[in-house]
Amino acid sequence: MTNDAPLLNVENLWVRFSSRTGVSEAVRGISFTLGRERLGIVGESGSGKSMTGRAVLRLIRPPGMIEADRLEIHGEDVLGASEKRMRRLRGGRVSMIMQDPKFSLNPVMTVGQQLVEALRAHERVSKRDARKRALATLDEVAIRDPERVLNLYPHEVSGGMGQRIMIAMMLLPNPEILIADEPTSALDVSVQLQVLDIMDKLVRDRGMGLMFISHDLNLVAKFCDRIAIMYAGRIVETCKASELRNARHPYTLGLLNSVPDLEHPRERLEVLKRDPAWREAPSVSARQ
Amino acid sequence: MTADTGMRAWLLTEEPTSRRHARLAAWYKGWLTLRSNTLAMLGLIVLAFLILVAIFAPLLATHDPFAQDLGQRLLAPGEGGHLFGTDNLGRDIYSRLLYGARISLYIVLLVVMVAPVVGLIVGTVAGYAGGWIDIVLMRVTDIFLAFPRLILALAFVAALGAGIENAVLAISLTAWPPYARIARAETLTIRHADYIHAIRLQGAGPLRVVTRHIWPLCISSLVIRVTLDMAGIILTAAALGFLGLGAQPPSPEWGAMISDGRQYILDSWWVATIPGIAIFTISLAFNLLGDGLRDVLDPKDDNS
Amino acid sequence: MNAIDISNLDVWFGSGADRADAVRDVSFKVADGESFGLVGESGSGKSTILRAIAGLVPTWSGEMTVAGETLGVRRSKAFYRKVQMVFQDPYASLHPRQSVDRVLSETMGLHGVTDIDKRIGRLLDDVGLGPGFRFRYPHQLSGGQRQRVAIARGLACEPSILLLDEPTSALDVSVQGEILNLLTDLRQEHKLTYVMVSHDLGVVGHLCERIGVMKEGRFVEVLAVDEMRRLEAREPYTRHLLESSINSIR
Repeated sequence: MTNDAPLLNVENLWVRFSSRTGVSEAVRGISFTLGRERLGIVGESGSGKSMTGRAVLRLIRPPGMIEADRLEIHGEDVLGASEKRMRRLRGGRVSMIMQDPKFSLNPVMTVGQQLVEALRAHERVSKRDARKRALATLDEVAIRDPERVLNLYPHEVSGGMGQRIMIAMMLLPNPEILIADEPTSALDVSVQLQVLDIMDKLVRDRGMGLMFISHDLNLVAKFCDRIAIMYAGRIVETCKASELRNARHPYTLGLLNSVPDLEHPRERLEVLKRDPAWREAPSVSARQ
Repeated sequence: MTADTGMRAWLLTEEPTSRRHARLAAWYKGWLTLRSNTLAMLGLIVLAFLILVAIFAPLLATHDPFAQDLGQRLLAPGEGGHLFGTDNLGRDIYSRLLYGARISLYIVLLVVMVAPVVGLIVGTVAGYAGGWIDIVLMRVTDIFLAFPRLILALAFVAALGAGIENAVLAISLTAWPPYARIARAETLTIRHADYIHAIRLQGAGPLRVVTRHIWPLCISSLVIRVTLDMAGIILTAAALGFLGLGAQPPSPEWGAMISDGRQYILDSWWVATIPGIAIFTISLAFNLLGDGLRDVLDPKDDNS
Repeated sequence: MNAIDISNLDVWFGSGADRADAVRDVSFKVADGESFGLVGESGSGKSTILRAIAGLVPTWSGEMTVAGETLGVRRSKAFYRKVQMVFQDPYASLHPRQSVDRVLSETMGLHGVTDIDKRIGRLLDDVGLGPGFRFRYPHQLSGGQRQRVAIARGLACEPSILLLDEPTSALDVSVQGEILNLLTDLRQEHKLTYVMVSHDLGVVGHLCERIGVMKEGRFVEVLAVDEMRRLEAREPYTRHLLESSINSIR
């Protein structure tokens, strides 16, 4: 496998939900690739951004259906893979960090037990080695006194630390792709940056691919290389994070300008005027 | 057909135009959810059938359910014009079964009007008030729960005297504590919800909060529980009848019929089996319906 | 005239060994028509202050005078005509089984309003929802629409003070802008006094004239919004907060 082959290769991905009132389409034919880079996926709730993240790992339950011309993780077809193989991929090659650590950590197991278990589910390692690596990873996510933290239960740690533990847990099996779905929106502002910095550093050091899903365009711009902006299940615009200022799509501009800015006060905030044409416009490809 | 689709569209609208419209639309959507559950619909059909049978029992019956004919005793099903045969006194089991449906439904109806209501009031008051009111009410509930249900019912009937009404009373008195528990648990989770705070901030008193805001949310879980318990209620009534403490001999209560048939079970299986099948059917129907109602009445969002 | 005058407020939960002090010795005043913001991290006690004012937390000591009324443990009905609250999570603050119409008419009924039908129409217009929403149930509404309904409920009895508990933190940024604009407009129209709690300095800075910074149940300092915009915080904690939110925004 060459190094420039994309880690994640998605072409014409659809996610549909059928219900009594008909079929609703959460993701409507989007295409993107993810290399060893940081890709931000931004949109409002209901834009299909979280569904995209889940579809990659085939984590959508019936009545949801995933269709794609191509959906490959490191060249391996996801849609045709067996459920057993998918379990190896999830958490092994591809890890996912969810929004709220409170719901992602098991409340009746200590942090240490969960970390060791997470690792041993994907690799044959002795408990002692697993513990050693857990300690090392906790240290990497800037947790002081990891020995003590290993013996704590999830309710005994703060939100920020919980999310750092989640990151540690997800990074333990050395995945190649990390999907972070609103990893910090449950955290306080001052902790957010710290957690993101840690995540950012680890992803870069290990040369992983990061798919950062968020509703906060500015945050994404700060932590990603490339940005894809989703609206109504389609990608309406894609650009380099550094060139976000030159974005042209009115939806992107609307998202940028609707945020109140402490240093540049305005009497009224700009409000998105949603154009029905955006919904129908073909999806922009975010392939590279 | 166009009128039908017009009606359907009117009912499925996202923008109701009046209070009545909104309520009808909500009911219709619930009905659609229920209808998509095949087993629940089966339960509903069986129950509807049973209610019709109970109402039209005099028309459907082929014999007088009380008429004895010792010459025709213990006839097998189909013999001598008796669809389900006759019992030890020569009474037509089919006709008795039809009239028995009336008694079973009557018992169910009375219990349903008493037990869940008492449970709802006790549970929500305890849950919302908290403090010593909660402690007192819940300890009383615990006392009732501590006795095996049938034994307690037996004790009540023994004290009150045998008969259907007393059996109903006894069953109700033993059936309410689980409802109180459920209602209290629900209330405890709802009580600190923001929408309860919000209505309190409008100056609403505890009575209004409990009756108008907490009850509607508890009722759904109680209704589900009631339909699931219905089988138990019928069986308890049957058990009391079987023990001779419920409906009294000539009346065709299903449990009493089984009790009568017990002595002949080896050579005349139908006397006990046929009312047994009836009890089984109605219990199963209620259970299936209860399962379906769980989906319909779930107060969580159904737009996913 | 001060709309809100609070001095030496202590709020705690539990008693004896379990007692946890959420707010300690807090004093502040909010003038009529002013908009006052409370910021701090989660657990700093900012929401608790609002809840104590609203009467949702009975365990407090100190003096609170709100809308000309000195508060005791219980609140009068007249108090709730003058002071209303909007909650953080619009998904939790509307009764799941009650239509918009039911929510608003019950609120007005409680306050003895007579021409309910006409008023509901106007109220829905006021919050930008229009009459089509009147008979909908919460699950038929989006987060932003729900929050508008919650705001309409707060305004139903025409209060003079609105307590806002993170009214936009559960919403998308694009919807947040709409709600903030709505709050700005309503304040002008109805001459409202706001007390707003938020962890987002940008939001507070947009809507409020003065901001109280809280940490561990105490006020660290009170800043005017201009001072905050110029990043002129005296306390290191405030400066830290400012820096992290400036960074996250731009």
